[in-house]
Amino acid sequence: MIGFDFTLAGARLTALGSGTLWWEERRLLCVSDLHLGKSERHIRRGGSALPPYETRDTLVRLAELIAILQPETVVCLGDSFDDDAASRALPDGEKSQLAALTQNRRWIWIAGNHDPAPADLGGEQMAELHLASLSFRHIADPAASAEVSGHYHPKARIRSTSRPCFLLDRSRLILPAFGTYTGGLRSTDPALTFLMAPDALAILTGPQALPVPMPR
Amino acid sequence: MSSLPSALQDWFSARGWSIHPHQQAMLARAQDSCTLLIAPTGGGKTMAGFLPTLAELAGGSHEGLHTLYISPLKALAADIKRNLRTPVEEIGLPIRIDDRTGDTPASRKRRQRADPPHILLTTPESLALLTSYEDAARIFKGLQRVVVDEIHALAESKRGDQLMLALARLQTLCPNLRRVGLSATVDDPQAIASYLARHPDPCEIVLADPGPAPDIRMLETAEAPPWAGGGAAYAIPAAMAQIKAHKTTLIFHNTRAQAEIFFHNLWLANEDSLPIGIHHGSLDRVQRERVEAAMVRGELRAIVCTGSLDLGIDWGDVDLVIQIGAPRNVKRLVQRIGRANHRYNAPSKALLVPANRFEVVECRAALEAVREGDLDGEPRGPGPRDVLCQHILVAACAGPFDADGLYAEVTQAGPYAALPRAAFDACLDFCATGGYALKAYDRWQRLLQRPDGKWQLRDPRAAARIRMNLGTIQDADLIKVRLKHSRGGKPLGEVEEAFAATLTPGDTFLIGGRTVRYEGLREMTVEVTRNPGRKPKVAVFSGTKFATSTQLSARILAMFRQDSWPSLPRHTADWLELQREVSELPRAGRLLIESFPHDSREHICIYGFAGRNAQQTLGLLLTKRMEELGLDPLGFVATDYATLIWGLQEVTDPAPLFDPRALRDGLEGWLAGNAVMKRAFRGAATIAGLIERNTPGARKNGRQATFSSDILYDTLRKYDPDHLLMDITREEALRGLVDFGRIEQMLARIRGRITLRRLERISPLAAPLLLEVGKVPVKGAAEEKLLQQEAAALMQQSGLDTLPQ
Repeated sequence: MIGFDFTLAGARLTALGSGTLWWEERRLLCVSDLHLGKSERHIRRGGSALPPYETRDTLVRLAELIAILQPETVVCLGDSFDDDAASRALPDGEKSQLAALTQNRRWIWIAGNHDPAPADLGGEQMAELHLASLSFRHIADPAASAEVSGHYHPKARIRSTSRPCFLLDRSRLILPAFGTYTGGLRSTDPALTFLMAPDALAILTGPQALPVPMPR
Repeated sequence: MSSLPSALQDWFSARGWSIHPHQQAMLARAQDSCTLLIAPTGGGKTMAGFLPTLAELAGGSHEGLHTLYISPLKALAADIKRNLRTPVEEIGLPIRIDDRTGDTPASRKRRQRADPPHILLTTPESLALLTSYEDAARIFKGLQRVVVDEIHALAESKRGDQLMLALARLQTLCPNLRRVGLSATVDDPQAIASYLARHPDPCEIVLADPGPAPDIRMLETAEAPPWAGGGAAYAIPAAMAQIKAHKTTLIFHNTRAQAEIFFHNLWLANEDSLPIGIHHGSLDRVQRERVEAAMVRGELRAIVCTGSLDLGIDWGDVDLVIQIGAPRNVKRLVQRIGRANHRYNAPSKALLVPANRFEVVECRAALEAVREGDLDGEPRGPGPRDVLCQHILVAACAGPFDADGLYAEVTQAGPYAALPRAAFDACLDFCATGGYALKAYDRWQRLLQRPDGKWQLRDPRAAARIRMNLGTIQDADLIKVRLKHSRGGKPLGEVEEAFAATLTPGDTFLIGGRTVRYEGLREMTVEVTRNPGRKPKVAVFSGTKFATSTQLSARILAMFRQDSWPSLPRHTADWLELQREVSELPRAGRLLIESFPHDSREHICIYGFAGRNAQQTLGLLLTKRMEELGLDPLGFVATDYATLIWGLQEVTDPAPLFDPRALRDGLEGWLAGNAVMKRAFRGAATIAGLIERNTPGARKNGRQATFSSDILYDTLRKYDPDHLLMDITREEALRGLVDFGRIEQMLARIRGRITLRRLERISPLAAPLLLEVGKVPVKGAAEEKLLQQEAAALMQQSGLDTLPQ
């Protein structure tokens, strides 16, 4: 797996091309914004019938990563479900897919703005996680440091190619969204340029994780 | 009824107008269920359509709506309203006339629904919306006639298909509804007649006198056209002289961007400050209306315009049409020429201005085709199913429906006459459940079947969402451009989102004929300031891209066979000579490929002459094949006559690339993951109601940006490749954007005969392609290599690579 290695608050971390974060020392895999059940929520709220395969697709990609990396801990950084009702409406097939993943390892669901109180599908639920020097939460706290968060679905454009990306500076790392039906927010958006230091990097996802100066 | 009431007759006589024979013919056929009138512009076509209505309404006994007039242009509806009201008011006829388009204020729309006028002038979209209301039967009560204007234009698009479905609906509500179509000169009148008529009713065709042959020639300029480009700046002085010599000139362009550039240059050369305006679909409505009004008042000497003025509005005093750029299509050229001189029996006067030397050849070929009355046309396939899906949703908005009844009704629409029941059922299933192989939405179906067998919306609130997304016009995503600082921000027009994304503060571009400076993006609006004087970047507006017709391409190839070209200007003949010297000219029975290095990349140029869309497809198929062969293609660009591909490796043996079977297989495999397919999917998914462009509440801002349609496409391809929308996308792409048929025609023409010319540098004929907009990048191994190089360079330049990570 080709990743980009860096240090955040003393922790040696790797941003993977898949848009996930690997902490080798702790054998910890962190993913953000899975938005499981998005198509179900969409039609439930009067929208159209989107192809109902995105939950399956997201979980298959996650299972492939887990099979390769064999993490001891998986942290889902919030917005794991498109809303709490979607977590309860998960079809049986996807439920057992998920159960197979959450067994045999520590699995942590961080609460997100979309899923403050999802159904119990195995694993622990918490608002934030503090591990060694790092804090894991859903939405970045501008005052925090040594922080790993998600929420914004950042993406960046280089050579007229736009890709989901990590954003990294000395204080924080923001993860891209992992869910199949997730859009992105350009790194040039004020919400992101405000949060990130001037020398921040955008790490593009893709076959290989590619660091570039964060486009502002 | 076959004669005019005397009040009308007197009014006409008082103006010295006599009724044309074709107008009389329309009156005589007033009771026929369907009539198609084919008449040149200026022949009083619209009046011919309305005379029977005026005659029937003159008595004053009709209650409610009597005649619906449908035009493809909002402006046309407003214009006709003006023209009709004049005789009605002056004679004092008891007839109420009103228009209803997307621009009509909501309060007036409400009044129209409560108390419809006798004559309602509207567009296909507004009509579809009207039929979606639960009280549609009451609104249309009493309707006798429907007049479809410019039906030749509507019949070429999904807007026409939607309209014919709406007419089928109206026919059920008003069984005695009579239909009239008004058309410009077309190659196949019978096809339009069958399109319009209720299937299988007959439709009589009335042909008006086509009038004298047009006076059409190429504009003579002191300076030769450039080797490349589409701006035609070289022709500015000559065009200016023509404007001065005529009363009013319409200057047509093929794209909005070219219109902007030409207008900009024309204005710089406008020493006498002649009143000249610009009109195209990306300009703000208020601005467009101002230009239209000034034109009607005869205040403008010239209007630089695009297809937005192809149709309709009666400009009266236009005495010259200038077409900038090759016309691509003889039929459209003839229709544009008809815009000049609306006096019925005077010849229209038109000048063709090729934008570059290749276009000189194409213009010459087009002139000959016009002279020979040789119009081009490709038959259109059956009615598209994405439009049918939308129609089913619209029907559900109006109230519960019976599937058998709706199917019977739909097959009365010309374009859907041959629709199999299974295809209808698949569309219904798509609307109800999404139509997925995985039945996931039992609880949340969009349409539910009631115990009595009728279908209805599960959630009545969905009707509002469906209505908001009605219509089949697929513009690229456009965002508004406003002046910063002025109060409320004066709107200037729209640019494509993709173009806006390439702007950085300080960039300048042209819009509405002025140069503006990009300041920033605020709430999905491009904010600009005025900035005259600086050299502008070019805004890439979405101009409709028509492919050069098969017939015109064949004429061009035939011209290339000549030993010399006395009918072409010297500069162009010399250029063709040069091409013959340096390389060779393409021939009909053989495929010419040139290979050369340029700008540190390898290029091949394939002269297929298959039209823009097919050449584009060829680019996609060949680059895919090249990717597999390790030839590292980076991108390509296509024009109507050639495809230019660039990459990292030289191509030395093209034959394997052109094996027909390999291309066919490549098409199947490739129909998978490319940008053109995704674009076709986006169009189909939007029309069919899967993707909602508008949702209740404010327009999505960046943060709530939803997943792209590309992701939906990829997901369906992976998990549900036989889904209805994938099928529609494939059909659509093959028919229009992909146009594989013309590639096969080309392959049949060359039968394996390929000439590869290795050149030291770019050839005269290939040069224009480098300046084409719409380059398609190939996201392959080469792109990944360059992306990595670029990332490394950026890290190094910024010094960020030296920071401890």
